[in-house]
Amino acid sequence: MKPILQIRGVERRFAGAGGGTLALQATDLAVAENDFVTILGPSGCGKSTLLRIVAGLDQPTAGQVLLDGQRIDGPGADRGMVFQSYTLFPWLNVLDNVCFGLRERGLPRTQQLEIAHGFIAKVGLAGFESHYPKQLSGGMQQRTAIARALANGPRMLLMDEPFGALDHQTRELMQELLLGIWEAERKTVLFVTHDIDEAVFMASRVVVMSARPGRIKLDRAVELPHPRHYSVKTTPAFTSLKAELTECVRAEVRAAQGLKD
Amino acid sequence: MLMKPLTPVSPGARVVLGVAFFVVFVAVWSAATFTGYVSATFLADPWTMLKSGWMLLTEMGFAEDIGMTVWRVVGGFVIAAAIALPLGVAMGAYKPIEAFFEPFVSFARYLPASAFIPLLILWAGIGEAQKLAVIFIGSFFQLVLMIAVTVGNTRRDLVEAAYTLGAGDRSLVWRVMIPGAAPEIAETLRMVLGWAWTYVIVAELIGASSGIGHMITDSQALLATDQIIFGIIVIGVIGLLSDLLFKAANRRLFPWAQLGR
Repeated sequence: MKPILQIRGVERRFAGAGGGTLALQATDLAVAENDFVTILGPSGCGKSTLLRIVAGLDQPTAGQVLLDGQRIDGPGADRGMVFQSYTLFPWLNVLDNVCFGLRERGLPRTQQLEIAHGFIAKVGLAGFESHYPKQLSGGMQQRTAIARALANGPRMLLMDEPFGALDHQTRELMQELLLGIWEAERKTVLFVTHDIDEAVFMASRVVVMSARPGRIKLDRAVELPHPRHYSVKTTPAFTSLKAELTECVRAEVRAAQGLKD
Repeated sequence: MLMKPLTPVSPGARVVLGVAFFVVFVAVWSAATFTGYVSATFLADPWTMLKSGWMLLTEMGFAEDIGMTVWRVVGGFVIAAAIALPLGVAMGAYKPIEAFFEPFVSFARYLPASAFIPLLILWAGIGEAQKLAVIFIGSFFQLVLMIAVTVGNTRRDLVEAAYTLGAGDRSLVWRVMIPGAAPEIAETLRMVLGWAWTYVIVAELIGASSGIGHMITDSQALLATDQIIFGIIVIGVIGLLSDLLFKAANRRLFPWAQLGR
């Protein structure tokens, strides 16, 4: 299957004393249609940097990213993104937040509302359309952010540790919600996380990055069947994959923390 | 019990304490003046002040003077705001524009508006234009700078979210930067309007034929301290009223922003 996203030799060096910091070594990654790729790695390994480069919010110092064969040189509606911080527009209610991209495209209001209501229902926030972000919990805000990104019909969904700021239980519910939406919509997703459980549970493919300077260390397909119930987290197949990844990631986390093996 | 740090006080107690201050103030004032401790030439007693205030309003058309002063402040301020808003937003959004204007505006901010009065009388005579110009000079540079800073402090994560939703640069300014900065800009306007009151009296002290400042100058010639004090209190009350109204309006316009209570 022809990949829709091709990352070729993307390297990111940050300017500074002594040649600067190499955050990301020349990296290659191909993402196929409907893949759910999770990028796993310790803090500072460059996974967020890589995602931001794909989003067009950062420029690589070498290499290029191709989406459907076209070179990416800036952010756009074709790569929707959900951030770790709550980026809902505080002056807009849930409905208007979700409609933001649609309004930008110039769709008539009735059409905007139809699409928005659909996605608001999908994330389980029907009835909260008139609420303002400050009236919502963290989980609800992220659900709105997901609805907002999906409503805009992006080619790919990029997610930068979107559940990182949430408590453990909420995080698990959000994982199930997102997985459910993906199973129905079959979007192509690139998801950055440092949580191994999360990475395995949601992914069709897990990519592990090394400590800085980051490079891809492991690229493993996840063969668990869909739909995935949360109870899959305790099955042997899940556990053995988790064990393998834990070993792989642990070495990198230790290296990132400066602990010698 | 009452004086534990940061322990809140009941709203009733608040009101009582606030009123108590004024009661004590008037009591001390009365004691000083009625006993003759302070000569009547220096300071009129409260009762005489109220009587002459009444006379000013009913017999000497003081209400018209008040109207003139208010119109000058509001007029000068509105003109300043009308120019400062677009310029401030442009400076906040576009760094080259900021680089061009900021050095001069920062410097001009420290020029005292009152010092311009002789110059303005020379250039614009002693009519309304001169008075409005004083208010304008006193308000404009502060407004531009503060608005530019507010707009420049737009949350970067909101900017990135907007870009990934397909917003173009123009949309970014109109749909993200301006709405986001609006509550703080409104508070800036309220604050600078408060300062504007202090310039108008100075402008009216010289070469005015109407207005509260003019009344004060006249009263000075007659050593009518009662009228002067009444005039000053009137200015204070109007300033306070306009501030409270503005604050209430801001809170109604921007329910989503936690404007300082």
